[in-house]
Amino acid sequence: MRSFSNTYIFVFSLIMVTIVAVLLSFVSTQLKPLQDMNVQIEKKQDVLRSVGKAENAGKASDKNTYINEEFGKYITESYVIDFNGNRVETDAFEVMLGLNAEIRKAQEERNYPVFIYSENGGPRKYVVPVRGKGLWGPIWGYIALEADLNTIAGAVFDHKGETPGLGSDINTDWFSEPFAGKTIFNEAGEFVSVEVVKGGADPSSMHQVDAISGGTITSKALEEMIIDCLAGYVAHFKELANN
Amino acid sequence: MSTEKEPLFSPKNLKLLTEPLGKSNPITVQVLGICSALAVTVKLKPSIVLALSVVVVMAVSNVVISLLRKMVPPRIRIIVQLVVIATMVILVDQVLKAYAYDVSKQLSVFVGLIITNCIIMGRLEAFALANRPWPALLDGLGNAAGYGVILILVAFFRELLGSGTLLDMQVIPQAFYDAGYVNNGMMILPPMALVVVGVIIWVQRSRRKDLIED
Repeated sequence: MRSFSNTYIFVFSLIMVTIVAVLLSFVSTQLKPLQDMNVQIEKKQDVLRSVGKAENAGKASDKNTYINEEFGKYITESYVIDFNGNRVETDAFEVMLGLNAEIRKAQEERNYPVFIYSENGGPRKYVVPVRGKGLWGPIWGYIALEADLNTIAGAVFDHKGETPGLGSDINTDWFSEPFAGKTIFNEAGEFVSVEVVKGGADPSSMHQVDAISGGTITSKALEEMIIDCLAGYVAHFKELANN
Repeated sequence: MSTEKEPLFSPKNLKLLTEPLGKSNPITVQVLGICSALAVTVKLKPSIVLALSVVVVMAVSNVVISLLRKMVPPRIRIIVQLVVIATMVILVDQVLKAYAYDVSKQLSVFVGLIITNCIIMGRLEAFALANRPWPALLDGLGNAAGYGVILILVAFFRELLGSGTLLDMQVIPQAFYDAGYVNNGMMILPPMALVVVGVIIWVQRSRRKDLIED
């Protein structure tokens, strides 16, 4: 076998990494807009799913257009509030995209995006994004509230890498459907959120849903996520409900 | 290296393509690349995408390394191989994120983990470094296909028995469920993939006695 001098090895490595670096940065910059678009479409789809829309996304021939159209049609208004319920002049969608950074701040300092859903001028539903830490990575979701700002109209959850078959089931319908119809305030008007109960929820309770057996840590993390994120909306919701 | 001109699909070359599908299958015979075979085979669709990704990564890496084989200093050859594989994997990952976002989410880390798939480095080191590009391409395709076939086979059984679907379409009729049939939840968990691989190995060896070690 031929022997190679050190200089040759250095030059060879230099050329190699340069070619690779140029190639990868080129591809990355070229594909970036498409990838960002995918992330946005997914978030829009999740917002729509929480109010029971976008059900044909899987069948749509052009999913992106379909989602954008649905989102434009049903999400009539969006805004951002702070912890005290005052409006913040910033884009709700941008805040939602950066929710990961937002939840690292103290509750009082976060911005809270709200999306308002309404079909043909019918009753409004309020969709808010939630995000938190699961067992292995981030978990997130979207909770839609009825016009009374108390009853949950629907919820969807998803995760980055929870245990397959156990914690990962938070993104299934059987887990998220029971959230619909539950209330987040008790009769005295105090914020109690929804409890995720191990061993089965009490069917008569308005504030309990079933946890996932074998996925206790993820279930509890999800419960905490909802409390943590919804707490910031309490002032705003009470104000809206009183008007 | 001045051999006579061989036909492109000479028996010897063809063997490079077909042997890894059976006699020297990377998963069932060499038991390489098991990790991803266990992890992504819950559903058929991600398995097919991962199999295709491995085919692309492996074929291209094999050809690139084979083209460079006389220029690569032996002392840094492992690093060079890793750089080539890693580049290909990142490209595949980026393309999936842009054009097949849903699948790329399901595969999550496993596309990235193709880098550590022992089959690929094994073929680069054992074959591509010592052979010309055409045989290297065939060898890459053959081994990746051998890996992919098992992946898809395992996923077929796991999705069918675990979820009652194939490619997310319901294949087990509702009447079965009404009659008391229940999806086998165990099939969804990784250990059952190991059992399925084990059964495949068993079937293969019972048909090919020459594979049985004493």
